[in-house]
Amino acid sequence: MKPAPFDYYAPATISEACQLLSEASGGATVIAGGQTLMPLLNLRMSQPFILVDINNTAEMKGISAVDGGIRIGPATRQYEVLESELLVERLPLLVEAVRHVGHHQTRNRGTVGGSIALGEPAAELPACAVALGATIDIASVRGTRQVPASEFYLGPFMTVLEPDELVTGITFPAWPAGHLPLFSELAQRPGDFALVGVVGALALEAGKISRAGIAWMAMGPTPLKATAAEQLLLGKSLAEIDPQAVAEAAVAETAPFDDKRTSAEYRRTVGARLLARALRELTAQGEAA
Amino acid sequence: MSNHKIELTINGRQYSGDVEARTSLADFLRDDAGFTGVHLGCEHGVCGACTITVDGRAVRSCLMLAVQANGATVVTAEGLAAEDGTLHPVQQVMMEEHALQCGFCTPGVVMTLASLTGEGKQCSQAQIEGAMSGHICRCTGYQGIRRSAARLAYDAMGDSAQQGGDA
Repeated sequence: MKPAPFDYYAPATISEACQLLSEASGGATVIAGGQTLMPLLNLRMSQPFILVDINNTAEMKGISAVDGGIRIGPATRQYEVLESELLVERLPLLVEAVRHVGHHQTRNRGTVGGSIALGEPAAELPACAVALGATIDIASVRGTRQVPASEFYLGPFMTVLEPDELVTGITFPAWPAGHLPLFSELAQRPGDFALVGVVGALALEAGKISRAGIAWMAMGPTPLKATAAEQLLLGKSLAEIDPQAVAEAAVAETAPFDDKRTSAEYRRTVGARLLARALRELTAQGEAA
Repeated sequence: MSNHKIELTINGRQYSGDVEARTSLADFLRDDAGFTGVHLGCEHGVCGACTITVDGRAVRSCLMLAVQANGATVVTAEGLAAEDGTLHPVQQVMMEEHALQCGFCTPGVVMTLASLTGEGKQCSQAQIEGAMSGHICRCTGYQGIRRSAARLAYDAMGDSAQQGGDA
């Protein structure tokens, strides 16, 4: 065994889990799928005194239609998104995005909430939450609160979660039936984190774009919403979109970084091309329809 | 540090153990239960050699704690062949297609393929090849593994797909 010693608890309810986190005063870590945490434990980069396993917490699981949208329990496994007819029909972006999260074997164990709460800036699900306007439900012994995904991320692997807080749900607002998902990412190999990527959704009403949500992966310290690009899209028909102008506006709002995978300049250049190409494909679909 | 009693089914037999919380499922299977066909390569979820099935789904046993497998049904590569030594279809196809050389990654590859192509499952070649991205093989150049995956996908699709495949 490689991890440092810890005590293990598998609470049956959210309130028990919150109690454990509160009593640990910062010494506890939550484990869901463990597909990121287990390596960190094995490498001893994470050394909690207490591990709180939410896999036996029934309230934390499942995908359900709720008033005004769809709620996903954080302990819902990623493969369940791929198999959810509700999501295929109502939020196709999530289904497309999860195909790019890790590998078949890690999606069988990894969870939606784990990816959301980790806050890897190159990850697909946090970007989807920001693009689609999701709300993160948070609980602790002090009470509950809801934070928009766009305000949830503070920096790489940093979120507004306090040490005693637990993500208890991710609620996606309803998007109109037939809205268009937009997904494009570049990774060195399938299953790798994106070097750069963009996700989003466009809703049309009477032929004009009535709602647009677009967010970047790996173009800054957090997933970034492309607000100026969204404004350029609103009110236009698909044929009226200027993909290049929208892509340039979207890139102008980013703050990409140089790292061992690639450079900031590469991310800007390729990011603009990915978004412009994805928009051109949507335009072509619009003409064909 | 806490210790936990666990009970689980491994390759059709009931096992129980008393494990330290930090024991990985892979270590429990190898060191306590004796299933050394679970190969540990990287121990942080990259190589895929330790892949097993838990309740029918392929997962990396190095990324799971033994205590989390309490009550689960686990199958390792040792659990595939019949008692009389008759190979599992996945093992037979991989042997015929020369899909292994040193054999280190093989137990993991076999388990992913077996989980996708078992009885009554339909899986396209693209799905199987996609799942193979979760395994690293340093010997074969993957071509034998791909041929095995293609044959297994073809078999899994059943008669209708095979007729379609002729067209």
